[in-house]
Amino acid sequence: MTAKFTRTARVAVGIMAFTALSGSALAEDVFMTMLVSNNPSNVATAEAAVAAYMKANPNVTIEIETRPGGGEGDNIVKTRLATGVMNDVFQYNGGSLFQAINPQQNLLPLTDEPFMADIQESFKSVVTAGGEVFGIPNGPAMGGGILYNIPIYEELGLEVPKSWDEFMANNEKIKAAGKDAVIQTYGDTWTSQLFVLGDYFNVSAAEPDFAERYTAGEAKFADSPAAAKGFERLQEVFEGDYMNEDFGAAKFPEGVRKIAQGEGAHYPMLTFAIGAIKDTYPEHVDDVGFFAQPGDSTDSNGLTVWMPDATYIPKSTSNPEEAKKFVAFLASVEACKIRNEAVGATGPYLVKGCFPPSDVPPVVSDMLPYFEEEGRNGPALEFLSPVKGPALEQITVEVGSGIRNAADAAALYDQDVRKQAMQLGLPGWK
Amino acid sequence: MANPTSRAYARRSTYPGWFFLPAAIIYGVLFLVPTFASLYFSLTRWSLFSSEFIGLTNFYQFFEEPFLVQGLVNTVIFAMITSGLKVVLGLLLAVLLTSRIALRGYLRSVVFFPVLVSTVGVGITFTVLMHPTQGAINVALELVGIDGPHWLTNPSLALYSVALVDVWKGVGLATVIYIAGLVAIPKDYYEAARIDGSTPTQSFFYITLPLSRPATVTVITLSFIGGLKTFDLIWAMTRGGPGFSSDTIASIIYKQYQAGFYGLSTAGNVVLFVLIALLVVPLTMYLNRREGHE
Amino acid sequence: MSLIRRHWLSVVAILVSFVVFVIPFIFIVLTAMKDKRQSALLDFSWPEKFQLWENIVDVITTRNWQLLTAFINSTILTVASVTLLVVFAAMVGFVLQRRRTRWNGLINFLILAGLMIPPAIVPTIWLLQAMGLFAKLHGLILIEVAYHLPFSILLYRAFIATIPKDLDEAAIIDGARPLDVFFRIIMPLLWPVTVTNIVVQSVTIFNDFTNPLYYLPGRGNETVQLTLYNFQSQFNTSYHLLFTNILLITIPPLIVFLFFNRQIVAGVTAGAVKG
Repeated sequence: MTAKFTRTARVAVGIMAFTALSGSALAEDVFMTMLVSNNPSNVATAEAAVAAYMKANPNVTIEIETRPGGGEGDNIVKTRLATGVMNDVFQYNGGSLFQAINPQQNLLPLTDEPFMADIQESFKSVVTAGGEVFGIPNGPAMGGGILYNIPIYEELGLEVPKSWDEFMANNEKIKAAGKDAVIQTYGDTWTSQLFVLGDYFNVSAAEPDFAERYTAGEAKFADSPAAAKGFERLQEVFEGDYMNEDFGAAKFPEGVRKIAQGEGAHYPMLTFAIGAIKDTYPEHVDDVGFFAQPGDSTDSNGLTVWMPDATYIPKSTSNPEEAKKFVAFLASVEACKIRNEAVGATGPYLVKGCFPPSDVPPVVSDMLPYFEEEGRNGPALEFLSPVKGPALEQITVEVGSGIRNAADAAALYDQDVRKQAMQLGLPGWK
Repeated sequence: MANPTSRAYARRSTYPGWFFLPAAIIYGVLFLVPTFASLYFSLTRWSLFSSEFIGLTNFYQFFEEPFLVQGLVNTVIFAMITSGLKVVLGLLLAVLLTSRIALRGYLRSVVFFPVLVSTVGVGITFTVLMHPTQGAINVALELVGIDGPHWLTNPSLALYSVALVDVWKGVGLATVIYIAGLVAIPKDYYEAARIDGSTPTQSFFYITLPLSRPATVTVITLSFIGGLKTFDLIWAMTRGGPGFSSDTIASIIYKQYQAGFYGLSTAGNVVLFVLIALLVVPLTMYLNRREGHE
Repeated sequence: MSLIRRHWLSVVAILVSFVVFVIPFIFIVLTAMKDKRQSALLDFSWPEKFQLWENIVDVITTRNWQLLTAFINSTILTVASVTLLVVFAAMVGFVLQRRRTRWNGLINFLILAGLMIPPAIVPTIWLLQAMGLFAKLHGLILIEVAYHLPFSILLYRAFIATIPKDLDEAAIIDGARPLDVFFRIIMPLLWPVTVTNIVVQSVTIFNDFTNPLYYLPGRGNETVQLTLYNFQSQFNTSYHLLFTNILLITIPPLIVFLFFNRQIVAGVTAGAVKG
């Protein structure tokens, strides 16, 4: 692949040298490729950023290649890295998935690059391995919590819940009014995990050292009352019969439609969903709000935060200096502005000097207060621990569909986690 | 081969051994060599970037997989249902489509159409059609007063729904194989049978059925192995769900692969291979022996 | 009596085939005509706004006319690998069925193994890299040949069993060389199963998703199935474009089928006339 591209580039250079006989000192031509995941707003952002960069640097040509997301995407990234054919610049997750691609062996460290000074520490920590930082954020941070339909809340005179009991009371009223209280979309299994994963702020409030002990194999979901609660909450929602009738088959786009058009009142989701709402139902953007998944008490109400994907450079690139220049541009305030124009803001940025535009949709403005106050947000477990069982989404589908109870599910998940830890070869797991 | 007579024989042979050569080289280099390499990796903890020898641990872990037994049972059920239905329906359709039926060309084409569509496309389409509330199938059933089942979201039904779609997609192929077999049966046999006063049903059982045996062997072998290995369609439609209820060995292996457990998933491949070999080798030996007798 | 029964059977067959086989395709076509929002409802409804043409243009022009590149790549891939497959598999099938030696057991086992064992992806990539075939179209062609040989051989072997052995023996006594016997006498007789092979394998290879994904990465190397991912991501699916894409990429296999279907039908009719 690379060879073919270089050849193409050489031909291009030849033609340009011929046409530019005037003799002006042209910078050497550079050709690079960038691998991005195929989610539409991501592709749009990447295209806009590449176009702007190529305009400012006419000697550089960057081609964008897309890849599927999810597990298939993981495999493509790993296979390309392992076989030394990764693109010059690529996007991939931070946190536990980042640790699994052997960063020290495969990625170019960016620790000492000047642009790193502007990246927030909270982000750097999820792309650090062996004391080196390898990536820059691709977009703003996200919250994992509950999207709600504002017109339904207004119509029924409901308040944004600060505790789980208040949330369930709201569900009861919404159900009584003949609407679907909680939207679930198990046709896309990953969406079923939100009640468990989004509960992590509450887990860490109750057990601050959970992540550490969990990584060491000491803390288990089944033994920890706080951690088991995520599963129990999912079970409560199923037992309350609050869900849409087609919860087993509906997919994420249908969930987006339901929450935007008010067919349902709550949709546990990551805030990036606002991009999909804006895309498909622009007239309903102002009808959807957001709150963190409430815990036991109104006193400790905070948000579980997801870090965006990162942009990395593989060691195998033939153009490390040019790739770094491009990455520096992606980490600049200018790139944030380009993003704001291309797809709008979906949350707070992790680059100093980057701000969402003033007219943000309610989902984003509802999310910002959690970031402004100390101690009201914390990262999701997958950014604190390399351990995440691969079968969680199937298990949560079972709990949410009433096939398995919460206690069983927590125990089964512990077993799944153990398998992963053993495959990673983590110390202390047998 | 040093023996001059045997060389002379080989040169004169109608069936020269070197006919195997091109296929053997391509197959040996690109398939067998990597397969043997992967056998080693099934004994390692393998992250693609490095591998560490851990003996049989992967096999222990694979057999500890909580849903493995269910996955095994599902795999066998799926293979039996799909290959059985493909044999029966394929043969009946082939007989129907080689008879003097109206619009034969149209019928042949529509039966074969699904084979042309990619599995991904078929999976997407039927997932939509089998949607419990808005799906066309249940909407149609509702019109005649039947409350349609939750095809893909009812844990005890999902596997069978996918099997039906698999038959839908694959029966055209079985039919074509049977048609090719039926066409090769000399028409004189039927003619002679008719003159002897045999009914069409008798002709079917005494001429068509025995003489289409090679086609049956092919259809059974292909669809049974295909059924045991089946992955694409299950993945496109249910991803083994809801929960783990329609998991087959192949989907369990793929999930290990997706999770980055490459050694474990390779070990799963070995297990799957052994399972298939245990079931298929006796089956084909039996079928081929019968074939040889006739 | 028999006439009535035949008509009755025809009518039932046509009705059933329409419901079972045609309606799903109507659904695909209808969805391909809709706009994004209506298509997201995924119901069996009449399009409110016909925009099949816009959708087609949209799908074709996406990502710099990627679909065209994909069509070219997939066509080369399919034609080349199916040609090799047919010739090599027929050769193996012929000798394997005709000549009984002690190697037959091993060869049969290897064929079954090829059907049964899922390919090992990463070692294969290493091997292709070592041979300089990785991310090359001809590398993928050889891969497709290797992976699909067992199936083709099985088809040929089963069919060759129905051809009387006297034919090739008579020819060899007449002094024909093995290659002549094979290409002049056997291959023409194998035409029906060759057609089956061509249709089935070209459809499979044209519709292959996984192998190009792993062995032919890189821009300019897209194959048709990969283009489905332009419209279907984890987070957002444009069903109208997805189904338009499914529709468009089903056309080439359809043409292959329609072209060869005639030949199958012709063969059958000839047989019927003879009988």
